[in-house]
Amino acid sequence: MSARLEAARPAAPRRAGTTRAAWLRLPSARLASPLALLVAWELAARLGWIPPHVLPAPSAIADTFVELVGSGRLETHLLVSLRRATAGLAIGVVLGVVFALIAGLWRRGELAVDPPMQILRTLPFLGVVPLFILWFGIGETTKIALIALATKTPIYLTLYGGIRNIDPKLIEAGDSLGLGVLERIVHVVLPGALPAFFVGLRYALGVALLALVAVEQINATAGIGYLINEARDFMRTDVIVVCLVVYSLLGLLTDALVRSLEQRTLRWRPASPATAP
Amino acid sequence: MSLQTAANPFAPAERGETAAVRVRGLSKQYAGRAVLDGLDLDIAPGEFVALLGRSGSGKTTLLRTLAGLAGADHGALEAPLAKAIVFQEPRLLPWKRTLQNVALGLRVGDARGRAAAMLDEVGLADRAAAWPATLSGGQAQRVALARALVREPKLLLLDEPFGALDALTRIDMHRLVLSLWRTHRPAVLLVTHDVDEAVLLADRVLVLAEGRVAHVERIHWPRPRSIDLAEFRAARRQLLAWLGVDASAERAATPATLAPVRFPRSRPR
Repeated sequence: MSARLEAARPAAPRRAGTTRAAWLRLPSARLASPLALLVAWELAARLGWIPPHVLPAPSAIADTFVELVGSGRLETHLLVSLRRATAGLAIGVVLGVVFALIAGLWRRGELAVDPPMQILRTLPFLGVVPLFILWFGIGETTKIALIALATKTPIYLTLYGGIRNIDPKLIEAGDSLGLGVLERIVHVVLPGALPAFFVGLRYALGVALLALVAVEQINATAGIGYLINEARDFMRTDVIVVCLVVYSLLGLLTDALVRSLEQRTLRWRPASPATAP
Repeated sequence: MSLQTAANPFAPAERGETAAVRVRGLSKQYAGRAVLDGLDLDIAPGEFVALLGRSGSGKTTLLRTLAGLAGADHGALEAPLAKAIVFQEPRLLPWKRTLQNVALGLRVGDARGRAAAMLDEVGLADRAAAWPATLSGGQAQRVALARALVREPKLLLLDEPFGALDALTRIDMHRLVLSLWRTHRPAVLLVTHDVDEAVLLADRVLVLAEGRVAHVERIHWPRPRSIDLAEFRAARRQLLAWLGVDASAERAATPATLAPVRFPRSRPR
């Protein structure tokens, strides 16, 4: 806004205008407003405008974070959460990949697998929580099963679509080179579907985190969700905020992980946003 | 290796030893319309044959049938087992480097070495590690040529392989194809829209019409050929007439003393 006003002025203050515009173009410019909010929050907390039980000051939260890490509690519970998420995700990815291969590679497999998968897709996974509790109890099985159920859907949908959308001309070219069925799958179909798979994997990681948050509200005795519930009982707003930050850091971290994996495996793609340095 | 399936009523008798193509009474219908209608065709070992025809004349169908990528309804066909096809688009696998694309499906000892040598022959030894997306159109098509020839085909099928290239690149490709053909001596069937290209390259130019070979033009003068030759212009006009193109504009542009057409037997009726 100010840059626009600056530019509208006559020649004299123009240099100031351009330097301001250059500053606005810096990547770190995007950090300005979150930092300003953080400072405002800190001030408001210190001045007593926000009571500590509603939202403690960022500095207090940082202290809590250090304390939680120092006592080893955060690491212990984070490890439990991570184990849950990876177990569920691993099962979900395997299921999604297997079903997508069956549906994508064989016409009969498609008829057998795709309709039920599409029906299952319309089911909000949180809706089956009571059912899973009745089936699997309130232990780890339910939690992992729910994460698996939630993550298999995006994997299946994207990989199946990726396989189905492979250029038939490439398949034909492979056939003309005398590729067998297995070679066709290995050299043509799967590499061609890989970009779609990575899209699915990113979705799945997001959903896994969401599912993790949800399942950890169910009678957890360990994990970040348990830490949150305990903090709620003791009215420790600061601990809750620390845990929320941990959740979002997990999201950032996993996304970066997939991004680097994508960069390494999809080097052949010409300057796509995912592979651009 | 053959792609004809058992369910296909049309089962070509493929003989690995025979280099010549032999087609008898080949017929194929699409939606009630005969695309190929009792077509006969022979190609001698090492012969370069060009196939001209208007859109929908069945050129590509014939080529795909010879390649084993499509079946037919009736007829008999003999084609070498060792055959390779180059399409209009390079159709390289974008996730494989150039060398891997050439070596793909190659079942011989030292496939990589052979692929590298073939890449060198098409002048792309330095792009062996390149991704296909980084190649120019002409380079990609040269890789496709290498991918076909590294299989040492007895029959090389070219489906308008230069159609998408610019005029200058096309001239380079013509030279390359001729030199590769001289080295490896496959029988070549080139499907093209371009009459000049057909006359420049082929020993024999066939005109396909209504699902059959309607006309055969034998081109006997030595390569490299020049389009300035009177014989060239005559052959060209003849072929255009068979393709149903009104060549009156061309006649007006060429002197009346033009050399006569050499093949009265195949003069258009």
